[in-house]
Amino acid sequence: MARELTFRIFRFNPDQPDVKPRLQDYRLTEEPGMTLFVVLNKLREEQDPSLRFDFVCRAAICGSCGMLVNGRPTLACKTLTKDLPAVTTLMPLPVFKLLGDLSVDTGVWFREMSLRTEAWIHTDQVFDPNAEEERMDNAVALQIYEAERCIECGCCIGGCATANIKPEFIGAAGVNRVARFMLDPRDKRSDAEYFEVVGTEEGVFGCVGLMACDDNCPVGIPLRDQLAYVRRKMAAAGWKLRRRAPAARA
Amino acid sequence: MRDHEVLVTDVLVIGAGLAGERAAIEAALAGLNVTILSLVPPRRSHSSAAQGGMQASLGNTAMGKGDSPDIHFVDTVKGSDWGCDQDVARLFVETAPVAVREMAHWGVPWTRVTLEKRVYDGKVIEEDPAKVGLIAARNFGGTAKWRTCYTADGTGHTLLYTMDSVVLKLGVTVHDRVEAIRLIHDGEQCFGAVVRCLRTGALRAYVARTTVIASGGYGRLYGASTNAVINEGSGMALALDTGVVPLGNMEAVQFHPTGIVPSWILITEGARGDGGYLLDKNLHRFMPDYEPVKKELASRDVVSRRIMQHIRAGYGVDSPYGPHVWLDIRHLGERHIRTNLREIAAICQNFNGIDPVHDLIPVRPTQHYSMGGVRTNIHGQAYGMYNLFALGEAACWDLHGFNRLGGNSLAETVVAGKIVGAAIARQTKETSPDVRWPLVYEHLAEESARIERLRARAVRPGGENVYALRHEMEQILSENVGIFRTEGPLVEACDKLRELHRRAQDIRLRGEGRGADPELGAALRLPGMIRLALCIAKGALERKESRGSHYREDYPKRDDVNWLKRTLAYWPAGADEPELRYEPVKITELPPGDRGYGESSSFAATAGRQDAGANPS
Ligand SMILES: Cc1cc2nc3c(=O)[nH]c(=O)nc-3n(C[C@H](O)[C@H](O)[C@H](O)COP(=O)(O)OP(=O)(O)OC[C@H]3O[C@@H](n4cnc5c(N)ncnc54)[C@H](O)[C@@H]3O)c2cc1C
Ligand code: SF4
Ligand code: SF4
Ligand code: FES
Repeated sequence: MARELTFRIFRFNPDQPDVKPRLQDYRLTEEPGMTLFVVLNKLREEQDPSLRFDFVCRAAICGSCGMLVNGRPTLACKTLTKDLPAVTTLMPLPVFKLLGDLSVDTGVWFREMSLRTEAWIHTDQVFDPNAEEERMDNAVALQIYEAERCIECGCCIGGCATANIKPEFIGAAGVNRVARFMLDPRDKRSDAEYFEVVGTEEGVFGCVGLMACDDNCPVGIPLRDQLAYVRRKMAAAGWKLRRRAPAARA
Repeated sequence: MRDHEVLVTDVLVIGAGLAGERAAIEAALAGLNVTILSLVPPRRSHSSAAQGGMQASLGNTAMGKGDSPDIHFVDTVKGSDWGCDQDVARLFVETAPVAVREMAHWGVPWTRVTLEKRVYDGKVIEEDPAKVGLIAARNFGGTAKWRTCYTADGTGHTLLYTMDSVVLKLGVTVHDRVEAIRLIHDGEQCFGAVVRCLRTGALRAYVARTTVIASGGYGRLYGASTNAVINEGSGMALALDTGVVPLGNMEAVQFHPTGIVPSWILITEGARGDGGYLLDKNLHRFMPDYEPVKKELASRDVVSRRIMQHIRAGYGVDSPYGPHVWLDIRHLGERHIRTNLREIAAICQNFNGIDPVHDLIPVRPTQHYSMGGVRTNIHGQAYGMYNLFALGEAACWDLHGFNRLGGNSLAETVVAGKIVGAAIARQTKETSPDVRWPLVYEHLAEESARIERLRARAVRPGGENVYALRHEMEQILSENVGIFRTEGPLVEACDKLRELHRRAQDIRLRGEGRGADPELGAALRLPGMIRLALCIAKGALERKESRGSHYREDYPKRDDVNWLKRTLAYWPAGADEPELRYEPVKITELPPGDRGYGESSSFAATAGRQDAGANPS
């Protein structure tokens, strides 16, 4: 027998501020292989055309569909209903600006984070179209890729205690982004320059190390290791900077 | 009308995927003011979903030794079944190696050549120690050499993230969560676009000296597609709706051999490129029976047809979602699967609850790529309208003809971005800013009125349901304009789509359609989508031959005498179906010949044409 499922969905439309945020119940019959992507589209097409949510790839690749499923930040598109109880609560990710119902503005948040951390290769080298590419050890390439795999879904941010109280905190995704460039020999920034970017309370030192982020990352980036790596490097850089500072003044 | 916001820029790029961003970078580097628009944050564009790789003849890998632009050229032309423009293909293959290296310079962590021992199809591959650390390549279908550069399992992701990092660095303006819904033009020249904000629903006009369509493919016209849900072809519809810009070869639709059943998420060609097999219900590896030379790695159109042919012969595996075949990568080993094919393992796990290290993967050919699109010249200028450009999957440049090779699309986006981007910069500098306010307000007013009409009739009973109409359109295309095509069903498809187009005039919103309401968005988009569907169906009906992905069972042979030409679909104002014209294909180097694989090739085995049942199992 197919189950009857209830979805208790957060509703709020900033366009109608007079209508208070509320939870609204929807019911439908479970189908084999059903995901929350299928559920939400069915609800919109058959029950409530005004329901807002975001999907793009529906394949756990693009990072659009982060939300709280029974309180836990995860990608809706890869959540199978067979793993859910009969009643499921869906809430938008906290921290990010709410656009309506389950839709939040992760895109703008991540763009600002990328700008703050200057998340691009810093180099004076000019591209020479006629030259062979610079060599790189494949192990290094894989290490960079490991950090680059972040899909900017915001799950690590939505579930982070610090990010929830400190809006300026760049979060695990931000620290991981910095790690990606630190690992890259093509980026010529010095530790001191990185320190400027992340050696602060809004950066890696804001993290209180409860590791909710590590458990929540849907692509399995080892955020614990990345946080430790950047913290170690920045602590050392900070120490050096402090030692150098008086000398510089003299 | 005056209360609508109007923004002015030098270059307006509609689309923040690889093609749009690369072109934007080129124009920004030339000192121009560029604005990029996107339905979604740029990094969520569908380019990020490409796992497999990007072709460029670097020739670093042992199995790619001796590769050159010349060989890449021949592969591309054969792949296209001689439907491409050869001057474009030549320009493309010569530029691809530089484009790949430039992406490395900007930060893509390409997988590099190592001396690690590897066995491929029973043979040990010995890499050249002198090449260690250079950009590696993997095998893809329809290529004579291993030429597909890749980053582990995330090529498109790393390309797009790197491209977008350059956009950030250059400070190019990006407006996400907006949808271009109409081009502003006077029938001769383009002046920008009318845009709907998907946060608030407000309309704006972007006025530009040059406008660029880089909006990606139309996969979602077919219900079952590997494409993202935003790939609805809206950029192509914008161009078609000018009445003067044609779409090229819309009937050339690629079906990828391996969409996973039943979510139709793509299992990358890398799986077969790295040595995966296709098995039937008897676990027999059937591709060598049909294609003894290329086996699983003939071009996509051929492999897709062979699978369907084998299924039709009764060798498919039955399932509630229709018959399928198996993809087997178990023999590649756990280590390989968990690094180079990790994304596949994740998809299998997430959506089917299986582990490809131990389990077979259920697959069936699925709509994947649109070779057709806004027809442009070699510089990316759209036919029929000044100051309008197009590139990437939205365009028909025409590099792919009737079948695109795997890995040639990512390469096209980056290469065309470079080349067309430079042409855009030149053209923009030659065009003096010319804001025709009455024209801008006229276009804004018409879109505004369209929205008001929908809202005014909202919630009242009767009329057509936008989602129901949409599913009908998907159904018609999937059933009648799929892999195998014949006259009867194609005539029926055209009739039904014309009818659907008429019914779409009477869409009645179920909700109120306030602000950025998603149902309203769907209602605004659907008529244009149906027009694209009609271009596909009518083009397929009229093309009485088989070429590349366009396979007519009633005309199974390629016909170079009558059909070595490109379809151009126009939609004159007020018409109820497209008008088709044709133009010759540019042949500059390689005259039409044998592809070396496929049904009409002298290299193909006859297994398929006899009873495939003779196979041992
Ligand atoms: C699952 C999958 C895997 C693939 N793998 C490979 C591969 O391994 N190798 C390969 O070569 N090719 C591959 N392809 C094909 C390739 O990825 C695409 O053809 C290519 O990335 C298209 O890039 P693009 O820039 O043209 O469009 P897209 O990346 O699709 O970008 C389109 C952009 O346009 C925007 N847009 C669309 N309409 C509007 C509008 N009306 N208003 C404003 N903005 C709009 C979107 O928001 C988006 O930013 C794959 C395709 C799929 C579906
Ligand atoms: S470990 Fe740090 S970044 Fe991760 S959730 Fe805790 S506070 Fe946030
Ligand atoms: S680090 Fe993981 S959880 Fe955080 S945004 Fe990136 S992919 Fe999502
Ligand atoms: S829709 Fe792309 S990750 Fe869920």
